Amino acid sequence: MSVGYQVSSDHQLARLLQIGIVLEEVVEARAYHHHEELDEDALDEEIRALLSHAAEESADHRERLEAVIDRLEVDSVPFEEIEALVEAQYGQTKPEDFDGVLYDQLCNEETAYKFYDDVIEAIEASEAQFSIDREELVATLSAIRDEEAEGVEEVTRIMEDRE
Amino acid sequence: MNTADQYVKAIYLLQEMENGPAATGALADMMEVSPASANEMIGKLESRGLAEHEKYKGVTLTDEGIVRARDALQTYCIIERFLSNVLDVEEFRAEARELEPVIDGMIAERLDTIIDRNSECPDCFDPETDACEYLDVCGAEPETETEAAD
Repeated sequence: MSVGYQVSSDHQLARLLQIGIVLEEVVEARAYHHHEELDEDALDEEIRALLSHAAEESADHRERLEAVIDRLEVDSVPFEEIEALVEAQYGQTKPEDFDGVLYDQLCNEETAYKFYDDVIEAIEASEAQFSIDREELVATLSAIRDEEAEGVEEVTRIMEDRE
Repeated sequence: MNTADQYVKAIYLLQEMENGPAATGALADMMEVSPASANEMIGKLESRGLAEHEKYKGVTLTDEGIVRARDALQTYCIIERFLSNVLDVEEFRAEARELEPVIDGMIAERLDTIIDRNSECPDCFDPETDACEYLDVCGAEPETETEAAD
């Protein structure tokens, strides 16, 4: 990220959080479709649990981000349309096997972690006043980021166990 | 996208527009920084082997610099297209410039999975309009205009 980049308004902050919501939608849709598309033999209990947890966690993160956006003084974006768009794209996604699923989940978690980390850094670098309390905002995003970090560790552990 | 990537992208676009080296003043204008700041960054890009600076002529990207610039331009195209097509942002160019520093290439790759980008990308980026030539910059896609004319 650029040195000195700062989030300077409710509008910019909301836009970044909207991008976070889309990333979470992507994780949720991919996890769901991996679960649906792969046959019984390709998915054992551990991977099923991982995908199920990933989808639930992403839905929870999305709701927490939406709750923050609702408190900012900005126009909302119709997320039903975005959900439909993501769903349409991932309806066609078919990973070949569980190695592909695990790698995909690792990319999802790493990308989300990087995103929240950059956004937190940009908020902390800013002196702008937001409609939401800054400490509460950073705490919410840090909690989400930490869960993404745990996700990276979990997928990495499963991948290492299967080598 | 880090600062160096934003600079190599700007140099690449200026080289395309000028069909030659990018003048330091023009680079400073594009990056909205002072000529001294632009010069300082050019020195850093030279030391990293991404650009070469010739006095009184300007700065030219090396082959490695061109690869970095095209990757950065592609990331920028993804951000613009995502803002315009997915979030329906009217001022997508201005917002893309604001968001560019905080959207990393790996995040753009994820966003790229839900947009339809032209296979020519980033060659279809028009530096004059600061947008992909296939992107809806005037209220209508070029393809739609052609269909309407038919």
